[in-house]
Amino acid sequence: MNILTVRDLSAGYGATDVLHKVNFTVEQGTIVALLGANGAGKTTILRALSGLLPSRGVVEFGGTDLRQCSPARRVELGLAHIPQGRGTFGDFSVEENLAAGAFTIRDKKQIAEDMERWYSVFPRLAERRRQQAGSLSGGEQQMLALARALMSRPKLLMCDEPSLGLAPAITEQIFEIFKSLNDEHGMTLLIVEQNADLTLQFAHTAYVMEAGDITVSGLASELLSNEAVQQSYLGV
Amino acid sequence: MVLFFQLLIDGLASGAIYASLALALVLIFRATRIVNFGQGEMATLSAYCAWQLCEWGVPIALSLLIVGAASFLLGVLVFRAVIKPVSKASTETVVVVTLGLFVFFQALCLWLWGADQRAFPAMFPGGGWDILGVRVTASTLGILLVLLCLAATMGAIFRFTRLGLAMRASAYSSEKSLLVGIRVERMLMLGWGFAATTGFIAAALVGPRLFLSPTMMMPILLYALASATLGGWDSPLGALVGGLIVGVAESLGATFLPFIGADLRVVIPIAVTLVILLVRPVGLFGSSTVVKV
Repeated sequence: MNILTVRDLSAGYGATDVLHKVNFTVEQGTIVALLGANGAGKTTILRALSGLLPSRGVVEFGGTDLRQCSPARRVELGLAHIPQGRGTFGDFSVEENLAAGAFTIRDKKQIAEDMERWYSVFPRLAERRRQQAGSLSGGEQQMLALARALMSRPKLLMCDEPSLGLAPAITEQIFEIFKSLNDEHGMTLLIVEQNADLTLQFAHTAYVMEAGDITVSGLASELLSNEAVQQSYLGV
Repeated sequence: MVLFFQLLIDGLASGAIYASLALALVLIFRATRIVNFGQGEMATLSAYCAWQLCEWGVPIALSLLIVGAASFLLGVLVFRAVIKPVSKASTETVVVVTLGLFVFFQALCLWLWGADQRAFPAMFPGGGWDILGVRVTASTLGILLVLLCLAATMGAIFRFTRLGLAMRASAYSSEKSLLVGIRVERMLMLGWGFAATTGFIAAALVGPRLFLSPTMMMPILLYALASATLGGWDSPLGALVGGLIVGVAESLGATFLPFIGADLRVVIPIAVTLVILLVRPVGLFGSSTVVKV
């Protein structure tokens, strides 16, 4: 079953379209990679999906047409978006960031439980819960951004370039967490990345973008072994 | 020495009024990056409404409550009708629009109530206390208490409530706030409401000290602008401290600097603004996001 269906999605900044009638689906319970070079339109897709950018076309999420929904409503429906550059509130404490992430959750007990749960997954955050988010290291901030997004109990977690600016070891750690979220909780993930090699090792399916359109799609394992794809699209 | 402390106390009382209006300015600025030049005149309209209710026989306390709530709605209305349509426009446009608010509300008061001065009813009892030769009136103490309650309430809302968290988040980044499901526009609207009520509190405090007139808040706005610049435009705490400092500086300067005296006291907030902009442009408590133009 597809949790997300995108048909003929066009969007852009000002008068120019960056996306030209993009079509793709995300199957429930899978990790989907969205790859491509800088400027291909990957970030624009995520911004259109979370409602930060006006768009045309059909976006169906769990049976709801998202275009009628405000960005806030989309979060309530279970769509979480970790933007490039983390999306954390720099002058809030770690704990306040998590509280803000749970803004759509009304049940105080559930918020407290979730907080403890993600603190146990990210012990570094537990140690720094009173510290300002802006003072954390890059890796810690990415973990905070992830925990912040998880506080809203998303059905689909979209993450924009999680590896950006992180050491390879920490990037790997983040991807291991993605994998365990998918394995243990059946969470669906849509990951935008330039680091194709690493992402394809974790993803089930993948789409490759080029100049505002999806040009290649398939199983991640196939893309990983397809030399033509590797050379022409992923620059390996 | 007694004179010094007397001027200090008196300065703190006027400073508390500047601080309240500065707080209103800062509340709006940190949420929307707009300086609302009409804030003082909106407060004047509220003060006239409170006076009118009293004239009609409503007890002062009740009329203050009613107008406090109505001021909130006025702020919300101004945001919806006037500010939202220009929220994507250039800074210059928005400045002209808020200057327009200034003119509009001043003219509205003049049209409805005329230019005659009216006596605003006193909220605090007359008397006072002599402490080691320094005269502390009940009204001075009352003003300071009101400011303290206002600051504590604001602080508690921002620090401990879900609403306060959402308002702080919206002020920090509207995009990041949207992504956690905060309805940012609603928060900005509430911010304008809170600011209008806060401005009314300033006007209600100043009313009994001066007389009610359509232009009564103009000098207060000048002092409040100086206070917000001194404290830092994105810091509510800065607005409070800045207001008190400006009040004390005015009171001491007018007496101890013979070349200023009572007639030139309005120079003091301008001098304070100039000095802080030269020395520390972000203000005492501001964060360092200054844009050079």
